[in-house]
Amino acid sequence: MSSLELKDLYDGFRDPEVIRGYQKLIVSDAQKLSRTINIMEVCGGHTHTIMKYGILQLLPETIKFVHGPGCPVCIMPKERIDHAYVLSQQPNVILVTLGDMIKVPGSNGSLQDARAKGADVRFVYSPLDCLKIARENPDKTVIFFAIGFETTTPMTAALLDTVIKEDILNILFHLNHVTVPEPMRALISDEACIIDAFLGPSHVSVISGSKIYEEFPRDWGKPVVVSGFEPVDVMQSISMIVKQFIENRCELEVEYHRAVSREGNLKAQAMVDKYFQKVDFRWRGLGDIPQSGLGLREEYERYNAEKIYDAVLPKEEIDDHKLCICGDILKGKASPPQCTIFGTACKPTSPVGSCMVSSEGACAAYYKYGNLV
Amino acid sequence: MTKTITLAQGNGGEENNDLIKKVFYKAFKNEILERSEDAAVIGNLAMSTDSFTVSPLFFAGADIGKLAVCGTCNDLAMMGAAPKYLTCSVIIEEGFEVESLERIVESMRSELAINGAVVVSGDTKVVPKGSVDKIFINTTGLGEIIQAGISSNNVSEEDVILINRDIGCHGATIFAAREGIEMSSTLRSDCNSLYPQVKALLDAGVEITAMRDATRGGVAAVLNEWSRQSNVCIEVDEEKLPISDEVKGICEMLGFEATALANEGTFVLAVKKDSAAKALEILKGFEVCAMASVVGEVTQRYPQKVILKSPWGTSRFLETPSGELLPRIC
Repeated sequence: MSSLELKDLYDGFRDPEVIRGYQKLIVSDAQKLSRTINIMEVCGGHTHTIMKYGILQLLPETIKFVHGPGCPVCIMPKERIDHAYVLSQQPNVILVTLGDMIKVPGSNGSLQDARAKGADVRFVYSPLDCLKIARENPDKTVIFFAIGFETTTPMTAALLDTVIKEDILNILFHLNHVTVPEPMRALISDEACIIDAFLGPSHVSVISGSKIYEEFPRDWGKPVVVSGFEPVDVMQSISMIVKQFIENRCELEVEYHRAVSREGNLKAQAMVDKYFQKVDFRWRGLGDIPQSGLGLREEYERYNAEKIYDAVLPKEEIDDHKLCICGDILKGKASPPQCTIFGTACKPTSPVGSCMVSSEGACAAYYKYGNLV
Repeated sequence: MTKTITLAQGNGGEENNDLIKKVFYKAFKNEILERSEDAAVIGNLAMSTDSFTVSPLFFAGADIGKLAVCGTCNDLAMMGAAPKYLTCSVIIEEGFEVESLERIVESMRSELAINGAVVVSGDTKVVPKGSVDKIFINTTGLGEIIQAGISSNNVSEEDVILINRDIGCHGATIFAAREGIEMSSTLRSDCNSLYPQVKALLDAGVEITAMRDATRGGVAAVLNEWSRQSNVCIEVDEEKLPISDEVKGICEMLGFEATALANEGTFVLAVKKDSAAKALEILKGFEVCAMASVVGEVTQRYPQKVILKSPWGTSRFLETPSGELLPRIC
């Protein structure tokens, strides 16, 4: 037997024949729908897939998408971006974060700007790369500005675990981890909410299990299909949602069988639970959502950069630009092209609103791919 | 434009173009410069300059020396010129190893031979530690035009678009090396002199409208530049884009698009439809061009835009890459 190659993980899931097959099935099933259904893809990764592969062009009029708040960079309130900027300016600090985070503009500029002015700002693929940076710079303090949903949280916990076990003294944490179910609940509690069903992010469920979505069909009457990120995955998931509607079912289903179980990765969950606890978090565009973030447990406060640098960190909450409608976009009340500054004052090279910042934000995805439908 | 220079302004994409237009073109404005070709055409001479900085200096497939010769010679070749004379300026950081310098210069020498070019003037500066990152090299080249009229401003509906080999190898190699991504892979930079390929095409009488090497900004930048400069729409079949499994893999892992990755021995050609088959046959005669492919056509559907068509019938615009290349988060 030949060994597994990287391409085996996606090749079959972009098969044109399979995609066209699902398109036919969805179009024919959709004729039996009594009304338009609005599906929210919670995760920015799905938004990216939908736009990049032109999924909307394959769907009938009666199936619409609402782009959800699942992009860790997009939901970061400006005051916390300012935290990162201020921390990067502190003497003997190396600020480390993930990918797109360095592009987001705060009040004084982005981390990219801070770096251009001399701050030591680095991005890593894995939080564990902080260990190497800390070892190579024993006289500096490495602050890991941690962002991301359930998918990335265990890696931050693993870093803290190593820091404690190896007694590393020069790594601190600024936590901005958030969780998926709370904003979903906040969205459907809004009376103006038009969401009929959810596409659940599979990577989150690889860690947290599919169980985190059980309440949505049960208590809120909204079907959820946990979907993978390839075009075949998304088409199959859409088809599963349509079938639920025509068969009058309202269930939690898993399309991404290849890695998602009901319980998820218990070891990762235990690690997260050991070090972090639920805290309130202010979401850009959505406002305060109780218990939607993760903070360090009290016994680990000595690793908390937010506490240690408390005196220099700005406290005031900063609202979005007046013309920016990212909040309405995240709630599904508006789509990116409806914004008056979309593509003019607000572009990926000079983002005004959060959704334009990361490639996984709805506005950035529309700007990049969506102008040709 | 931002008040201070950011790395994004050197990306070969949108911000880079903006900086060039607002600062340099504004100051140096003249007819030759404004043609925005890979090399300036002055009578029957082509002239181009390029500065090279890369980390690491030595990487799978090449080093900064080979890069410095290929880069400038390729820009000349893209204008249908035979590279002839180069200058070589180096800025070296105090403490740099002489042995490494010798290795770099030896690479330059052997690459010059492939191009049939010589270095006729040079300059050396040594600066205090920390003033540059190890070594920066600038080369300026003069070439003799053997086929006049090749221009990125002339692409028309009579042309088809070809790519000479699989794309993105250089960008993927450098990214993996720089960030210490360890993987077992045969991935190597495509850094290579293109003049031999260009000469073979011209000798065989292939009717070339335009050529451009897809360096920073990748194939996506070249196609967008052409669509704007020639006021046409370029429609590309996504499945015909030559991409190796290794590059696809890295793109998958990090969330990159192969079309946005830099190349150093890959070029895009617009050739007359009748010449396409012959061009492909000649390119495939070169070992590195096994994946050469006709990737698209020129239309008027959306002038000044590039369209990427998926094998399942959807399409989207392929934009000029923007921003710094950053890996996705999750």
